[in-house]
Amino acid sequence: MNMAVKPADANDGRANAPEVMLDISNISLSFGGVHAIKDVSFNIHKGEIRAIIGPNGAGKTSMLNVINGFYHPQVGEITFKGNTRTQMRPYVAATQGIARTFQNVALFHGMSTLDNIMSGRTLKMHKNFFWQMLRYGPAMQEEVEHRERVEEIIDFLEIQHIRRTPVGRLPYGLQKRVELARALAMEPELLLLDEPMAGMNLEEKEDMSRFILDVNDQFGTTIALIEHDMGVVMDLSTRVVVLDHGEKIADGTPAEVSSDQNVIDAYLGVAH
Amino acid sequence: MTAGARDASVHDTIPKLLLRNAQTRGARPAMREKDLGIWQTWSWAETLAEVRDLAMGLRALGLKRGDRVAIVGDNRPRLYWAICSAQSLGAIPVPVYQDSVAEEMGYVLDHAGVKYAVVENQEQVDKLLEIRETYKDLKQIIFDEERGLQNYDVEGVRSYEAVQELGRKDRDADQVWRSEIAKGKAGDTAIILYTSGTTGRPKGVVLTQGACVWAAETAEEFDTLTENEEVIAYLPMAWVGDHVFSYAQSYVTGYCVNCPESPETVIVDRREIGTTYAFAPPRIYENLITQTTVAMEDASAIKKKMFEYFLGVARDYGEDILNGKSVPFVARLKYWLGSFMVYGPLKNRYGLSKVRIGYTAGEAIGPEIFKYYRALGINLKQLYGQTEAAVYITGQPDGEIYADTVGTPMGGVEIMVADNGEVMYRSPGVFTEYYKNKEATKDTKTADGWVHSGDAGFVDENGHLKIIDRAKDVGKLNDGTIFPPKYIENKLKFFPNIKEAVAFGNGRDAVTAFINIDLTSVGSWAERNNVVYASYQELAGHPDVYKMIENHVDEVNRELSQEERVAGAQISRFLILHKELDPDDGEITRTAKVRRSLVNERYAVLIDALYDPNKKRQKIKTEVTFEDGRRGDIEGDVEIRDMKLHAIDRASFKEAAE
Repeated sequence: MNMAVKPADANDGRANAPEVMLDISNISLSFGGVHAIKDVSFNIHKGEIRAIIGPNGAGKTSMLNVINGFYHPQVGEITFKGNTRTQMRPYVAATQGIARTFQNVALFHGMSTLDNIMSGRTLKMHKNFFWQMLRYGPAMQEEVEHRERVEEIIDFLEIQHIRRTPVGRLPYGLQKRVELARALAMEPELLLLDEPMAGMNLEEKEDMSRFILDVNDQFGTTIALIEHDMGVVMDLSTRVVVLDHGEKIADGTPAEVSSDQNVIDAYLGVAH
Repeated sequence: MTAGARDASVHDTIPKLLLRNAQTRGARPAMREKDLGIWQTWSWAETLAEVRDLAMGLRALGLKRGDRVAIVGDNRPRLYWAICSAQSLGAIPVPVYQDSVAEEMGYVLDHAGVKYAVVENQEQVDKLLEIRETYKDLKQIIFDEERGLQNYDVEGVRSYEAVQELGRKDRDADQVWRSEIAKGKAGDTAIILYTSGTTGRPKGVVLTQGACVWAAETAEEFDTLTENEEVIAYLPMAWVGDHVFSYAQSYVTGYCVNCPESPETVIVDRREIGTTYAFAPPRIYENLITQTTVAMEDASAIKKKMFEYFLGVARDYGEDILNGKSVPFVARLKYWLGSFMVYGPLKNRYGLSKVRIGYTAGEAIGPEIFKYYRALGINLKQLYGQTEAAVYITGQPDGEIYADTVGTPMGGVEIMVADNGEVMYRSPGVFTEYYKNKEATKDTKTADGWVHSGDAGFVDENGHLKIIDRAKDVGKLNDGTIFPPKYIENKLKFFPNIKEAVAFGNGRDAVTAFINIDLTSVGSWAERNNVVYASYQELAGHPDVYKMIENHVDEVNRELSQEERVAGAQISRFLILHKELDPDDGEITRTAKVRRSLVNERYAVLIDALYDPNKKRQKIKTEVTFEDGRRGDIEGDVEIRDMKLHAIDRASFKEAAE
């Protein structure tokens, strides 16, 4: 990936007066006796790409699940766009503008790419079920509007050739892209990506990195992503938070984090 | 030709034809592109406005008569318009292969002295910026697709819209532009096309406006093309075939050119458009058949039976029906039923339902593949062309189709076969020169306009040209018979069981051959016939495999015996190599072309054995390179098989000649 072309001043607006979009304070989450997350606090600025990294079992996916309301932390508060909450259902998170993709692709395998992406528009459809059954008049007009938006996303992610293909028949790398497309169809303000590049080859990773940067650049979408490939994390993210055994061990720019002794120990292991 | 008829003295350049089209068929579609899932159409009148605005914008940026303008990207309406915009001001467009790496592209830009570039997207802009670090003359880069480029603040990089906007500022734009077009002449350079260059650096072929217009007119007449044709533009814009089919021809004939949504959607897009005039290299037609074969393997038994039965009917009668010959009534009935059940749906799948004329060109097509499409009722034809000829040299006229010839000279083309067997041609479409390369021009084009094609061939008894090989590869046997190695090898390779073949014979008494079996094809045969084998080598040496290949070689010999010129070049002995010829070992190139000198050297023992009548087997040890770069030896004991040659009936050749 040619990083030189990403203009250095693209982050200017954020660096000067970072507006906090999501603030996580003192979150603890446990399942019975297992403490998945222990007293973690960090925030996500508007317009940034925020990476969450850590070894296996560090609590990264649990953290995403907390953010989009799938898990309810026992302790702590989450403030999203100024609204503080302790509990929230995923449906509410979605209506407030949080979309996500999953570690193991979660699409409707029998449906076409187009239908899968259209399903991302469900929340924005306002005509009731019976109008939609008719596929006539206002319902049809609404469908056309949504389809236009979806077509823009299809064009953006360069998946025109699989528009009509059932996603179950697609290779893994493309399924990941369709999942991203569906999340984008929600026009989220905050996009959560759970290992968007897991299991991809180098070329697919480069493509995906390019798409993530473009989404951030073009739509101004704030992105939080979990990723294992350190090269990708260093190239993409504005700031990185590092978790280990459910605790936050570092938080800062990629350069700061990668030189942090705690992080190096956590990744390479240390003699006890 | 009706209202849009061309007056040769007035409409002698492509931009002048644009003015004519906008006037006589202004509302008809000139170009379509699928965008966001919907086909967008531009009429000739709209095309004129687009071309004018860009041209005047370029002019405002300082583009002058004779300047070179690079065009880089996939087939997009805006890039085609950019070609016309440049031509309208007397500048020279230079389309470049969009997938070439920066270094290759840099060579072309530097050689052509390009100052302006119109490119598709960020990928190409980045490449050109890299080139500009060393090649400083590149002044302006204009991009079509804005994505990822919003924040570029680089000197001399701007969007297509911005340039058009610039062009609209001038109030007299239209008048000025028209007066610029009026200055154009048939003798002006229309375009420089760089040949991809398998050997050495690419050469820039200079074609005039007159040559391009001539080529399009010739094709229009040859195939009675009308403004109602629909074509799809998907082959590289830097290739002469695309330049004539998707550009010059459209302006001359007035038909609509369709740009696919993305390179991956061509088949679907072609189906939606229903192209009537098609052009593709053989590989595309081969791929379609492969896809069908694979899909039929998974089909239900009834469908499979039906498919095979009707395909049989098509093979027996389809060609005759297409050529308008008389066919028994029952056969016609069966074929009609077949059209309904199989051929129709199949053609629809291929997006070829409406095709009136389809061409294959670029390299030899397997006769089986060629006949398959014709049997389905698709009028697939072959033509022989070169960049240096503005495509057209010969083409197959309707009703005179032979799988192994490339047809008769097209309007205005003269052909002659030189003493060494090389085909030479002369026509109004012939190139002016190789750009900045006097020496190469002199070697290729004679003072009186004849061009060396570099291909060896002859004109057969029907007046059809037959290409046999690259001229420099053609040799002679000791008895004087010509020996075209690739011609013989291609005949062998048309059998699916044979993957690669190398023929020997130059300066020898007889022709012999090495053969590589195709592991996929022979392997599946072995599975079906309970032939057990542990390795490629074992399978290659199996007596039943030898028997099978012997039959193939015999079939090739039979075919050769019926052709006067090469009847003496039948294969007298052959062997099946104990290993595959491999690009890792340098024996074939990455594009699967045999490196003859290297094979001659490495397998000298085997070649000697082929020419030693006493030897029935030969041991050999060859070094191989494994995929991870390690080296090792493969030893083999290879059997040599003698062939019985077919009798040559000289008398019948004489009769045919009379």
